Amino acid sequence: MNQTALSSESESGASHADHDHSPFFAHHFESPQQQFDAGKLGMWLFLITEILFFSGLFVAYAVFRARHPEVFADAHLYLDKSLGTVNTVVLLFSSLTMAWAVRCAQLNQQRGLIVCLTTTLACASLFLGIKAIEYAHKWDSGIFWAGMYQPLADYHGDHGLSPFLIGLSVPALLALVIFAVAAVLAYARRARQQLIVFGGLALTSLAFFVGVGCAKAVPVVVDAMVGGDHDQATVVSVEGGRTESVQEGSEDAEQPPDEAPETGPTGFSPAGIFFSIYFAMTGVHAIHILAGMGVIAWLLVRSVRGDFTPTYFGPVDYVGLYWHLVDLVWIFLFPLLYLIQ
Amino acid sequence: MATDAFPAHGAGPGEALAGDNYLTHDHGILSWLMTLDHKRIGVMYLIGILSSFLLGGIMAMLIRAELFTPDQMFLTENKYNEFFTVHGAVMIFLFIIPGIPGALGNFVLPLMLGAKDVAFPRMNLFSWYLWMTGAFFFLAALVVGGLDTGWTFYTPYSTQTSYVVVAAMMGVFILGFSSIFTGLNFIVTINTMRPPGMTWFRMPLFVWSLYATAIIQILATPVLGITVLLLTAELVFGIGIFDPNLGGDPILFQHFFWFYSHPAVYIMILPAMGIISELMSVFSRKPIFGYRFIAYSSIAIALLGFLVWGHHMFVSGQSALASFIFSALTFSVSIPSGIKVFNWLATMYKGSIRLQTPMCYALSFLLLFGIGGLTGLFLGALATDVHLHDTYFVVAHFHYVMMGGTLIAFLGGLHYWWPKMFGRMYNEAWGRLGCLITFVGFNATFLPQFLLGSRGMPRRYARYEIEFQGLHQLSTVGAMILGAGLLLVGLVLLHSLFAGKRAPSNPWGSGSLEWQATSPPSPHNFEDTPTAGNPYDYSQMHYDPRIEGYVPNKTVDS
Repeated sequence: MNQTALSSESESGASHADHDHSPFFAHHFESPQQQFDAGKLGMWLFLITEILFFSGLFVAYAVFRARHPEVFADAHLYLDKSLGTVNTVVLLFSSLTMAWAVRCAQLNQQRGLIVCLTTTLACASLFLGIKAIEYAHKWDSGIFWAGMYQPLADYHGDHGLSPFLIGLSVPALLALVIFAVAAVLAYARRARQQLIVFGGLALTSLAFFVGVGCAKAVPVVVDAMVGGDHDQATVVSVEGGRTESVQEGSEDAEQPPDEAPETGPTGFSPAGIFFSIYFAMTGVHAIHILAGMGVIAWLLVRSVRGDFTPTYFGPVDYVGLYWHLVDLVWIFLFPLLYLIQ
Repeated sequence: MATDAFPAHGAGPGEALAGDNYLTHDHGILSWLMTLDHKRIGVMYLIGILSSFLLGGIMAMLIRAELFTPDQMFLTENKYNEFFTVHGAVMIFLFIIPGIPGALGNFVLPLMLGAKDVAFPRMNLFSWYLWMTGAFFFLAALVVGGLDTGWTFYTPYSTQTSYVVVAAMMGVFILGFSSIFTGLNFIVTINTMRPPGMTWFRMPLFVWSLYATAIIQILATPVLGITVLLLTAELVFGIGIFDPNLGGDPILFQHFFWFYSHPAVYIMILPAMGIISELMSVFSRKPIFGYRFIAYSSIAIALLGFLVWGHHMFVSGQSALASFIFSALTFSVSIPSGIKVFNWLATMYKGSIRLQTPMCYALSFLLLFGIGGLTGLFLGALATDVHLHDTYFVVAHFHYVMMGGTLIAFLGGLHYWWPKMFGRMYNEAWGRLGCLITFVGFNATFLPQFLLGSRGMPRRYARYEIEFQGLHQLSTVGAMILGAGLLLVGLVLLHSLFAGKRAPSNPWGSGSLEWQATSPPSPHNFEDTPTAGNPYDYSQMHYDPRIEGYVPNKTVDS
């Protein structure tokens, strides 16, 4: 604000030739190209910090997996591979639409840009919906991080509505109501731009529940396809094995995986650490998804306003890079957590 | 913020075109809090950083006072633990790490590049606000009390003591992002906004050192971020990753912590070395010796710094092989550091040395950093470290490097750029006296601590055996002298704001671009983008006694 005021004076210098068109040219740069390059380099550097941020979690994963390989192999059976697969596909698709959005901005396809950004948002929301089911399912059966890890031996699938699922759905429900009302109001006032933005955001919030529905449906479908209770049986047997094992065992014991799982000196189950890492990694990833959704929503507002043109599309490009990184992190999380064996 | 001390229209010596400058351009507190001007942000950083230095310094004085006698004087053991924790955390996270990049770097870097601002002015302001927020969390932790983990927050103790650790963790996390954004901003600025004529090897060495610093800030700080996040989750939820009661590994925390905090040592010292490179050349009136070696050695230190974190953990139970490798790598860091020191010495050799205040600090730095660096070798060597680990030897060592190195260089840089920042000259004689008292006080404080440590006085103890009392008392007296010296330095600088002579554009005869701007610079720094030449060429200027500053030989290029 101050900046533009400040430098608009110095602006009269002759060296800046061709930037008067874009209202988003920051005047401490020599040229729009310099501005674009600076933004892009900045985003790449930020992505490097993101990678190192996640690297701490990956190192923790590697350390504990190297120490307790059998615990990781056992514990990961609690995770639902089919839901993980669906989520991977959803995120990959959202990366496609994000890349497409960048292309649309470069080609000045305003409608395509809006559609692609909304689709990306909806996919992100769908991902979170499925994730909510996964979390709620685990919490229902007592699978928390190490400090609260007490799997219920008698838990057999979900019956009725989980309070955890309701808790996780409340923000999405609130968002849905708010955006839907705002969209209706915008429609009534014939504010077309607001209608598109709020409609898109309402759609996004709705996608969360589509995700929840999907996640409810997928296991049924998979069961029908694979035939029967194979997965369920495995999980139950693992649970049984774990809960009965409060006998003593040394931490670095090298027992075959089908013997009683080890317990630490104070009776903790090392499986709790697996789930600590699972919740930490997927939780931090989910926070990044949420942050990405916030920024993409901002892009949506700006693109509805028509800010982005073939000469000014930097923000779409940068956010696209960020979104691909978030996607990429998931591409590593999925096999490391869901596909151990 | 004392803006009224700077009349808008000063026609002092050497300020022919003074009139509008960044300090007087806008008025009111909001014009500062909402500013995107890197110079104002730098000044705001300076105020914040010096305030935290004052806070940390008062803590240090109280700690030293308590240690005057072996038994309790006025601090209980628990209070003592809190005091050294807050002293360490404030000095490290609020003062030394952001100090030179945040205050001096922000002010000087765009000027040195002939640019109007850093690449992302909004992000720059944001990172100052992050700094303030982090400082607020630290203050909250201080007021609530009970933060007694030491600045390293080692598990498992930090997960068992009070919940105030969470506040400190949030502070560290937020300050980390402030540091990351500053580094990111600097790298982008240096990469994309250099003026015509400034190739990589025509950048001033301070810019190189800020670049190397920024590399570390970007690569190391996020690891600290995730570490403190996990520690917070450990405290709040009990995720067990660091908690042995839940199957976690407290040593893993040490690895994570030092993976950041060792490179962070180079975040602290590299910009200081950059300042010294500038001062040595300017005040020896001689081009810097071995420019490329100094530039590359900054990058080498930045990269090698990532490979040595294990030397903080020789006695923590890591494998002997790991200790051996970390020890060997630790010695490798001394090579680029040595390269710098010898190049500075060679710069002074046959130079026309002027012992103005900044140069006095540069010479102090050379001596103190020399002692600090060489005593580091005893700690990097496995056999001696087992004896010296966690003793006052370590305390003395890192104070020689951090305080004798970074703080002294910071003060040198502050005195060097002070005329540029505020347009006023301080009193030379008093400035030098401040430097001398600080130097004497510093050595009186920390030299005895080497002896204490090698005789077995452990660090972080509130009470000690009577045999250590003499050296402790010497150290305490030294600390008081040191405090008096720093107080004098502060008074001299403050006095200059109100009664100092007006500064010419180039009082020291420096060749880098910031001295082509007026003192203080106009809001957008330069009238036209300047063209960069060799920043260490002193043949193109001469001293003009009328304005008490240097002017270019050909007055055509203003």
